[in-house]
Amino acid sequence: MSAAGPILSVQNVGKIFGLSAGFLRKPLILKALSDISFTVNEGETLGIVGESGCGKSTLGRCILQLLTPDEGKVLWLGRDLTTLPAGEMRKHRRDLQIIFQDPLASLNPRMTVGGIIADPLRTLMPELSQKQRRAKVIEMMEAVGLLPEMINRYPHEFSGGQAQRIGIARALITEPKLIVCDEPVSALDVSIQAQILNLLSELRERFNLTLVFISHDLSVVRHVSDRIMVLYLGRMIEYAPRDDLYNDAKHPYTRALLSAVPVPDPRLARARQITELVGEIPSPINPPSGCTFRTRCPYALPLCAEKRPEIEPVDAERTVACHRWREIADGAPPTQHAGASA
Amino acid sequence: MAGITGKDRTLTAYADTLERLDAPKGRSLTQDAMRRLIANRAALISIFLVTAIVLIAFVGSYFVPWDGTKVDWGAIRKPPNFESGHYLGTDQNGRDLLARLLQGTQMSLIVAGVATVVSVVVGVVYGAISGYFGGRVDALMMRFVDIMYALPYILFVIILVVIFGRSPVLLFVGIGLLEWLTMARIVRGQTLSFKEKEFVEAARAGGAKPFTIIMRHIVPNLTGPVVIYATLTVPEIIIVESFLSYLGLGVQEPLTSLGTLISNGAPVAEVLPWLLVAPAIVLVTLLLCLSYIGDGLRDALDPKDR
Repeated sequence: MSAAGPILSVQNVGKIFGLSAGFLRKPLILKALSDISFTVNEGETLGIVGESGCGKSTLGRCILQLLTPDEGKVLWLGRDLTTLPAGEMRKHRRDLQIIFQDPLASLNPRMTVGGIIADPLRTLMPELSQKQRRAKVIEMMEAVGLLPEMINRYPHEFSGGQAQRIGIARALITEPKLIVCDEPVSALDVSIQAQILNLLSELRERFNLTLVFISHDLSVVRHVSDRIMVLYLGRMIEYAPRDDLYNDAKHPYTRALLSAVPVPDPRLARARQITELVGEIPSPINPPSGCTFRTRCPYALPLCAEKRPEIEPVDAERTVACHRWREIADGAPPTQHAGASA
Repeated sequence: MAGITGKDRTLTAYADTLERLDAPKGRSLTQDAMRRLIANRAALISIFLVTAIVLIAFVGSYFVPWDGTKVDWGAIRKPPNFESGHYLGTDQNGRDLLARLLQGTQMSLIVAGVATVVSVVVGVVYGAISGYFGGRVDALMMRFVDIMYALPYILFVIILVVIFGRSPVLLFVGIGLLEWLTMARIVRGQTLSFKEKEFVEAARAGGAKPFTIIMRHIVPNLTGPVVIYATLTVPEIIIVESFLSYLGLGVQEPLTSLGTLISNGAPVAEVLPWLLVAPAIVLVTLLLCLSYIGDGLRDALDPKDR
């Protein structure tokens, strides 16, 4: 599926949010992302998974420069976007678009559908006449499965699935090369999810899109992705081609996540082993020392509290950040530290 | 060939509409709000009354037999008298009260209208900029608003009047300067919440510049609170103007306003009651109706918020 070399390369990106703790007090530091690196090849889909609050959406916005990363580089076709001035960046916006989680909140309630879809054209392709813009909007509405006669309607007259189609049409209208899909289906019904996912993969083929697909739903990510990155508390935990990850996850967190994916067949569901994670995701303001996952990890050792695991290559294509991944792969038993297996 | 069910015809007609693209108009939020407003009887009656008052004040003055500045030496301090054409009576100087009332209502409405427009324009632009850019810009701009709030505006108006003399323009400036502050705060608060919405982020991803985002995506969404607040500002300004006129800081003779008329009528209410009653009725009707319209608009524009 991967057609060519890397189109997007993210290098050691980090993002910090300062939270004001009150007048004259030292602001709290929230490390939303640290040391994230990956590349995406043209025509490929990268899935990013993780629990809520792990920095998935922040990462998506850092790629698009809707948030400026505090460290690291975002190389788009070899140029670093983080250092580009606003005017230069605007030229690249044509190629980089985004689809949002909440389809209705992402549409301006005071604009008609036609106006919403045409909006990026007005700023990014001002050379088009009004007629050309309208023609493009109609063409795009048909491509995403909306009736062109709905062009004068307002967002509140649409269902969630239709609204998401409008969002997709808006993202596609400038003929982008890369689209960041920020949980595009998690606000939709399951039946609509399938429609939207199929639409996305159809459009990906048709327009030769590269997707960065952010989701917390592992079965959705499996359906669309070529490669998958797992995030935990703003850090990369595992990064692997899809089939490798689903068949043979190395990191205990990924293993636990995969074991918890619901299975539609009750007999299979009863038969399988679920690794339950205990406790909540720790606060990113005050993360645990060493490995951030150690507080919930069934395999944690004292070493894990002392030293942060480096990102190690497993083979040419995959990386994992765990001190014990080799032992775990060889079948090391869980320690009694924090986790329990059922 | 025509089918039995007429399905072909329906489909052809549908294909035709698609071809010509007679896209049906959607219901905009404003149209929805209008429908709800019209369903509100108190608001509807108030709209009629206010429209009537405005029309009579501005058109009616051409049809009144007497001029508000002309002294009728034969009718000084006379109660309403239909034969001589003094329908609401005359004041201590023999001037026709109806003519003066119409002129006073005009003046009050103009002051209220201009000051409201000033406060809406300045308040929306100031508040939207402050809220959208946030951070230090926001802090500076809002501290300025706080300082303006802290100044006693009566003192402010008195100083202005002492320096520049009395004129209606000063009244507009003085009241406008006072009213935009609250508007700016309301707009800033709304902007703060809108700028976090995903559609603003989508606009940024679409390359829109801050000014475009404010004008195309944020300001239209402020319509609700701004319209409501503006309707409630109009009566407030009429009261402030009346108050300033009462203190003798408002409009100057021979021009008059509702406040001036009431302040002139109040001391003689026992002997010449018509001088107080007529302007008071107009003022109270205006204020009540505008408040009802404001309430109706609030219900119509924020149906979830009731």
